[in-house]
Amino acid sequence: MTLAEEKRMTAPTPRVITTKPRTSDKIFRAVIFTGALSSLVILAAIAIFLGLRGFEILAREGLSFITGYEWYSSINSDGSAGEDPSVYGIGAMLIGTIITALIAVSIGVPISIAAALYLNFYAPNAIRGFLVGVIDLMAAFPSILFGLWGFNVLMPSGEYWAKLLHKYLGWIPLFDVSTPFFSRSPFIAGLVLAIMIIPIVTSIAREVFSQTPLDRIQAAYALGATKWTMIRAVVLPFGYSGVVGGAMLGLGRAMGETVAVFTVLNIIFQANFQILLGAGGNVASLIILKFGEASAEEIKALMAAGLMLFLLTLLVNMLADLLVSRTVKQGR
Amino acid sequence: MSTTTLNYPKPQKPWRPKQRDLIPTYLGILMVLLGTWALVEFTGFAGKLGAFVSVVICTTAVSTFLAGRSRGKQAAKNAAVASIITSLALLAIFPVISILGTVLVRGTKGLYVGFFTTDMGLASVNDPLNVGGILHAIVGTFIMIIIATLVSVPLGISTAIYLTEIRGPGSRLIRFLVQAMSGVPSIVAGLFIYSAIISGSGRGFNGLWGALALAILMLPTVARTAEEVLLLIAEDLREAGLALGATQWRTVAMVVVPAAKSGLITAMILGIARIAGETAPLLFTTGGGDVTNLNPVDGVMGSIPFAIWKALISGSAESNARAWASILVLLALVMILFFSARRLGKARR
Repeated sequence: MTLAEEKRMTAPTPRVITTKPRTSDKIFRAVIFTGALSSLVILAAIAIFLGLRGFEILAREGLSFITGYEWYSSINSDGSAGEDPSVYGIGAMLIGTIITALIAVSIGVPISIAAALYLNFYAPNAIRGFLVGVIDLMAAFPSILFGLWGFNVLMPSGEYWAKLLHKYLGWIPLFDVSTPFFSRSPFIAGLVLAIMIIPIVTSIAREVFSQTPLDRIQAAYALGATKWTMIRAVVLPFGYSGVVGGAMLGLGRAMGETVAVFTVLNIIFQANFQILLGAGGNVASLIILKFGEASAEEIKALMAAGLMLFLLTLLVNMLADLLVSRTVKQGR
Repeated sequence: MSTTTLNYPKPQKPWRPKQRDLIPTYLGILMVLLGTWALVEFTGFAGKLGAFVSVVICTTAVSTFLAGRSRGKQAAKNAAVASIITSLALLAIFPVISILGTVLVRGTKGLYVGFFTTDMGLASVNDPLNVGGILHAIVGTFIMIIIATLVSVPLGISTAIYLTEIRGPGSRLIRFLVQAMSGVPSIVAGLFIYSAIISGSGRGFNGLWGALALAILMLPTVARTAEEVLLLIAEDLREAGLALGATQWRTVAMVVVPAAKSGLITAMILGIARIAGETAPLLFTTGGGDVTNLNPVDGVMGSIPFAIWKALISGSAESNARAWASILVLLALVMILFFSARRLGKARR
């Protein structure tokens, strides 16, 4: 046995194996963690700052800030506070926000579901990619474009359809109008919003439907189902909660939309339940409308309104996200 | 050896419908045309949408009848639903065609060479279309996009790395918050910057504040897309890096991120496309100047959406044409971003 071989035979020195990260890794993790906290920090900061600025008004108005219909800022021509007390209530605007968003959802969601079903189960392969691209492109359109187009192009045909609805379904209180003034109505704003939420709801519904377990689809066909009976028996029950989540995500988008609604809607401080009448409101467009010439106090009230809008959309979005992620996780 | 010519039968295509079987289909198409004409002529349906609805009604009725006649009730139902779903899907892309067409037709009227080289500093909204332009807005939009990108891309990508590479405590919460953040209305981002920075501090409007508001909106888009991209990177690559003795930080920096490079660029581009047309947050933060301003921390700064907004509000015919021309420029920018993101995304796969 040579010396070299002997040397090799000796047992290697044991070494400690540790899972403790090196210093460089510790720094790396700390930096990345700080970055990852940014969303938490920003969301908290939004709530805190809007709350701080709006606190005075919220404390003074109390619950009537949400339920009151009047928005009156008492201000003299020289900019000092006027004698009559200012009143701030976003009740009418909240109702308007919910009405326009609900119109948007009830028009946009059926179309989106149909589009998602078409893309998943009906579309020929050759045009599927193209259609998906078109719908994704629509999601990238800026909201001011929808506003401008809605006002100039959609409004005339929207008015036409509103008149048709009024003529044939006017006996339903929802479609009744007290004065025949059909332009710039919540219905038309809802139409624009419906078009704006179609891409996001479609892409979520598509995602959810594509997760349907393949064996169940094939089982349905094996039992002799037609395409429609297969969809009704397998796809729709499976995707139900995900699609509801997608619809709520659309609802949240529609509630927070500002510029498009402001361009199309005629903003009136009344609770208007006649959706075809040209009068309505929306919290976001209230803020835009009043911000330009607002007094210091009114700005605080607008911050409070912004806080309400933030909390409302955040709640809707979180619920929606829970519903969507539940369905997508249990898929194939 | 003699070759025997075999009499092969000619190839057949039994699945192809014969001319005779197609007769009901041709009749059906004829019926649809007739029915549409009758509906448009004799009822209140008018315009393109009315005609579309009439076509849908007739097609549904005819295809239902044909399927029902040859294959029974279930087939009839199936055909009816297929026709309705197809037409609703077509309805969903109607607006895109209409929007693109309108913007092209109306936007080109306001365009001229000076539109890109002059600003509105010396022009008023009612001036004819060959005076003034949106140079200030284009410059402002680009500056704000660059700043917003510099702020949000590092934050977004580190969020994504935390969620996919470190998978540390609170990952689920952070993923949830990023999702929730993507639904924050854009106006709230503007109001937040206004309330936190501008209101009551004596600081004026400028481009930096606008860019910060945009960064808030861009962050969730970047984070979510980057997370998806990083999840696609094969686990083997990470393990290979670690097995070579690299620390986690070296693995991420020299293996994972380079492998995901084009995807991360896609995430950035999608984020930019998301914010390029945002109007509401800028109304509260930038002041929207009419003069070209290259300094984001001093003085009001214009942007394309703000210029459209101003032109829209003033309402004269000239400013309206200017608004359409500006939106054509904005749309072109968004579409360039969108298609380059898609191209990059395709190249990855």
